[in-house]
Amino acid sequence: MIAAGIDIGSRTVKLAVIEGGKPILTRKALTSHDPLEAVRTLMNGVEYDAIVATGYGRHLIKDYLKCAAISEIKAFALGARAILPRCRVVLDIGGQDTKAISLNESGDMSKFEMNDKCAAGTGRFLEIMANALGFSLDEFSGNALSAKGAAKVNSMCTVFAESEVISLITQGASRHEVALGIHQAIVSRSVALLKRISTPQEVFFAGGVALNKCVGVLIGRELGIPVFVPEDPQIVGAYGAALHAIYTKKLLLNIDN
Amino acid sequence: MSNYTQMWSDLGLDLQAHDALLSILGGAYQDIFLSQKDRPEGMKYFDFVMSEVHGLRIKELMDAKAQGRMVVGSYCVFVPEEMILAVDSVSVGLCAGAEFNFEGAEEVLPRNLCPLIKSAFGFKRGLVCPYVEASDIIVGENTCDGKKKAYEVLSPMVKDLYIIDLPQMKSDTGKMLLREEYRKFIKKLEDVSGRKITFETLKKGIELTNAKRKAVKRLAGLRKADPAPISGLDALLVNQVFFYDDPVRFTTSVNTLCDELEVRVAEGKGVFPKNTPRLLMSGCPMAVPNWKVPMIIEGSGAVIVGEESCVGERGTQWLTDDNGKTIDELLDAITERYFKIDCAVFTPNPSRVDHVKEMYNKYNAQGVIHYSLQSCHPYTVESGPAEALLEEAGIPVLRLETDYSQEDAGQLKTRIEAFRERIETK
Repeated sequence: MIAAGIDIGSRTVKLAVIEGGKPILTRKALTSHDPLEAVRTLMNGVEYDAIVATGYGRHLIKDYLKCAAISEIKAFALGARAILPRCRVVLDIGGQDTKAISLNESGDMSKFEMNDKCAAGTGRFLEIMANALGFSLDEFSGNALSAKGAAKVNSMCTVFAESEVISLITQGASRHEVALGIHQAIVSRSVALLKRISTPQEVFFAGGVALNKCVGVLIGRELGIPVFVPEDPQIVGAYGAALHAIYTKKLLLNIDN
Repeated sequence: MSNYTQMWSDLGLDLQAHDALLSILGGAYQDIFLSQKDRPEGMKYFDFVMSEVHGLRIKELMDAKAQGRMVVGSYCVFVPEEMILAVDSVSVGLCAGAEFNFEGAEEVLPRNLCPLIKSAFGFKRGLVCPYVEASDIIVGENTCDGKKKAYEVLSPMVKDLYIIDLPQMKSDTGKMLLREEYRKFIKKLEDVSGRKITFETLKKGIELTNAKRKAVKRLAGLRKADPAPISGLDALLVNQVFFYDDPVRFTTSVNTLCDELEVRVAEGKGVFPKNTPRLLMSGCPMAVPNWKVPMIIEGSGAVIVGEESCVGERGTQWLTDDNGKTIDELLDAITERYFKIDCAVFTPNPSRVDHVKEMYNKYNAQGVIHYSLQSCHPYTVESGPAEALLEEAGIPVLRLETDYSQEDAGQLKTRIEAFRERIETK
């Protein structure tokens, strides 16, 4: 059976197509102002027996494709577990949300936490801060990691943090130290979410922000735990949705494998 | 609908703003309530009440005033309705459930205050709540710090603001304080109304109030059934109307609704399919028209089967013992009854979690949504320990903190759906 999962995030749309439980095709595109069009382009030429939508735009796609939808929390839990069967804690930092999920032994969600309505400390925040410092996203993480010390950034509001960053620069702080300060601010917030759902243990780190090496390294240091970043951290939700598509299709057809 | 313009104008309402408010409310009511499937016939009465909430009901209040009766407005379930009825006055809950004129509220209050208080001020300063304007006495109470201090700001804006001091601990001295405060409140009601509270009138007040409570308790009991015979939204609405409507008519209407629901339960009919995930709400009160979270929950494939809330069982589950032989004994019984209310302003407040557990079992719930209004310190602080105790007992909990705005609707939906997924796999 060929199954597809589509994850419509606030910044990126992700598609995963799987066969025999393993990905055979993955694609990504920017969500843009027209997520439906982004989905259409992404789905071009893709054939599947079952599909499930997830992510912020799941209900839009659910109606468009007449398919089932699951929350991204469940999708990331399913995807993470399939990639790393031993995993019990998942952290997903996306464009506008941060989610910490704990799983029980059999992989079912036992607790989750999510940031409130404000997008502080998420991917979008990092993008804007990198821009304020004149770094590309790649440079941003690398330069933060190589900083000797951190300039403390107190504000987590994107608007206020941007003026704080500018103020630090005008006071003579180095760009690298400010960059590290910004990363630390995000990390302390994520660590607080993680502590609320589980005792410190290995974290499966996914979502677009997991591409930023500095965040993962700092989380591991802060909690004294290993951080596992999958090969393609952005695709985990779409992969989980595709796995769920197989599951529901089998239920429907009442078959075992 | 009759034309109430003259009445609203006489009450000093800002007609233009009031029209705008009614039109938004009407639209929301249509989208949220009237669009539900398989609603009980008995809800038509409540639809009518809501359509006339600023019309016919206000006319009734004005008629009562013309006959020399008082209107007593309040914001809290610690204000004993028994006593208000005992001086033949009308008790009404005051408007505090919508993000209306927050700019006006923020001119006199800090921005980081709970939306319930800001809403009360928004309505008052925007001159759109006929209940406030029709009230002869407004009764405030020392519950949380926000309300306590906000009443100082409200005082010069209203005709007669009376504050009941409330205990903060469930101790003997706390109970004594409550009893003395209720004694003073009787005096206040007598002074302003010019009527004496007698043993007979107080007993009658207790009977009327108990009858209302019994009716909503009966409604609550019917929600044990799977499929649920009534939506959580509709049940919440009944609990909200509890604060506004004529007590006798309300009681009759709830009982009529329950008769119908009993038949539904017997026939195994409901508003959602059997085995729909069942959730219990616990936390801050939801005043009209605060329907935001229940709407998202029931739009996400779950059903609400109970409310551990002031607009819900925290406010209605206890009856007042009416066996006293003297006024003093009745006052004791009223004090005993209200002293049981486990509002988070009390410290410590262990019976609240016990009640959540009790309700979780009684209504066959599968999870608890802890609802806090932003900046409501008593409930947001209590939510942490409450969640831990409930999860320890094997009860799944989702903690939400939100306000009256719609900007977090997307995030709330994601969390609520994920919570439903969590309890489905349990």
